[in-house]
Amino acid sequence: MADTPAGNTLGAAWAADWLRRSAAVVAENRMALIELDRAIGDGDHGENLDRGFTAILAKLDEETPATPGAAFKMAAMTLMSKVGGAAGPLYGTAFLRAATAVGDAPELDSALLAAALTAARDGVVARGKAETGDKTMIDAWTPAVDAAVAAAGNGETPAAVLTAAATAAEAGAVATDPLIAHKGRASYLGERAIGHRDPGAASSALILRAAAQAAESAA
Amino acid sequence: MKKLINDPKAVVDEAVEGFGKAHAAHVTVHPDPLFITRKDAPKPGKVGLISGGGSGHEPLHAGYVGYGMLDAAIPGAVFTSPTPDQIIPATAAANAGAGVVHIVKNYTGDVLNFETAAEMAQADGIEVRTVLVNDDVAVEDSLYTAGRRGVGGTVLVEKIAGAAAERGDDLDAVAAIGRRVNDNVRTMGVALSACTVPHAGVPSFELAEDEIEIGIGIHGEPGRHKIPMENADGITDRLLEPILADLKPAAGDKVLLFVNGMGGTPASELYIVYRHAAKVLEDAGLVVERSLVGNYITALEMQGCSISVLRLDDEMTALWDAPVNTPALRWGM
Repeated sequence: MADTPAGNTLGAAWAADWLRRSAAVVAENRMALIELDRAIGDGDHGENLDRGFTAILAKLDEETPATPGAAFKMAAMTLMSKVGGAAGPLYGTAFLRAATAVGDAPELDSALLAAALTAARDGVVARGKAETGDKTMIDAWTPAVDAAVAAAGNGETPAAVLTAAATAAEAGAVATDPLIAHKGRASYLGERAIGHRDPGAASSALILRAAAQAAESAA
Repeated sequence: MKKLINDPKAVVDEAVEGFGKAHAAHVTVHPDPLFITRKDAPKPGKVGLISGGGSGHEPLHAGYVGYGMLDAAIPGAVFTSPTPDQIIPATAAANAGAGVVHIVKNYTGDVLNFETAAEMAQADGIEVRTVLVNDDVAVEDSLYTAGRRGVGGTVLVEKIAGAAAERGDDLDAVAAIGRRVNDNVRTMGVALSACTVPHAGVPSFELAEDEIEIGIGIHGEPGRHKIPMENADGITDRLLEPILADLKPAAGDKVLLFVNGMGGTPASELYIVYRHAAKVLEDAGLVVERSLVGNYITALEMQGCSISVLRLDDEMTALWDAPVNTPALRWGM
């Protein structure tokens, strides 16, 4: 990576900072996510994610991951073993696929970041069997991936790639409001799910924004 | 909301600890990762039968660990499925070499976690079969949903498949009879009040004093319709109607009628529901051969009930009658 200008790659410190910021934002929004889930699900999303990211913080305090891939893999295994419900396997799969996509690269450039987000999204699709418009976290992830791939293609910095992804994810989460759910527990509500934001899309937007903020602070 | 708890985050661990002490003769509690096994598991030569799911549905599932029913149960957090790192060791503990059947209620989280665990257990050389329970007729158009939920019928699947495993049926036979029970049971539930998940601290949904929710699942998640409160017979009719429309029993069919309390409804009210439900079935020409009434698959302190109707054949009836000895279900021994 000698020919890459400073600020054009993100390393293990960024990945650890992302996870710490994610833990903070999930803890801060624990009740808000519970409220969203209470409206159309069973009200455990905020609690479950908070439990998972609290466990990630404990692992980060024990050991600093050597590469972004190692950080993603640690996050994947921790989320799968602590979160339960649908969110555990879905977020766990997302981080695991991202880890596989980046391998043991010490630094991620924009193209590799976009590839990692794409792999994460594809993993969630494969596990959850949801499509765009089903009112799930995919409705945040797919616009985020599209924005990241476009930004990377335009030669934007990693921070700009992640900011574009986060902004698109936030819009995608808002766009779940008028939808009828086709997956997960909200699907049992039929039309009564209309008017409520999908909690998984909302938490995905929070976590992607944390990634962007960690990148901006690293730049 | 007042609850008999110490710390909202410690509810499951402390409850399971107490359960283990209270039923030390029947079960062993494995604290980390958390699962519960039969005292004598794995029983040589016997197919292992395990189930699990969110806590808050007691006595499901740990209450059904014991002779003639489950070999292991895996409690998740309240209303949250357990994780693969709990399910995998529970599967191994239940395996005596004859394989293990996973009984899984059809909720996205349960399905994902059990599917992952089953793949990993099979990679470790344990044969696993999965029986997916999806008896809830409240879900009208499963084409556009995650499918029908697993509700009251789960108890009947566990009892009958458990008896088949206990008598020595092989892995595929135990799974087949579990699926046969699932194919022949339909359930519909009603909530008169919401419940409060300890860590959320607020009711899971809102119901006015004069409203009831028809078609609830077992998580206090809202059902399909809110309607004005009615009397017990009227509500019973509303629950039975979709069950019979879907099960399509023929006159002369033998059935098991199961009236289940959601946790906050007294037994007297469940018997009032049973009284009318049995009459409706008999008027339709059905023979109510077996019954079960009580709190068997609950949603914390939610008021309400579910009705399950299982179309019996002679083998299912015999397996239902077979001895069972668990903390929550015991007869014949």
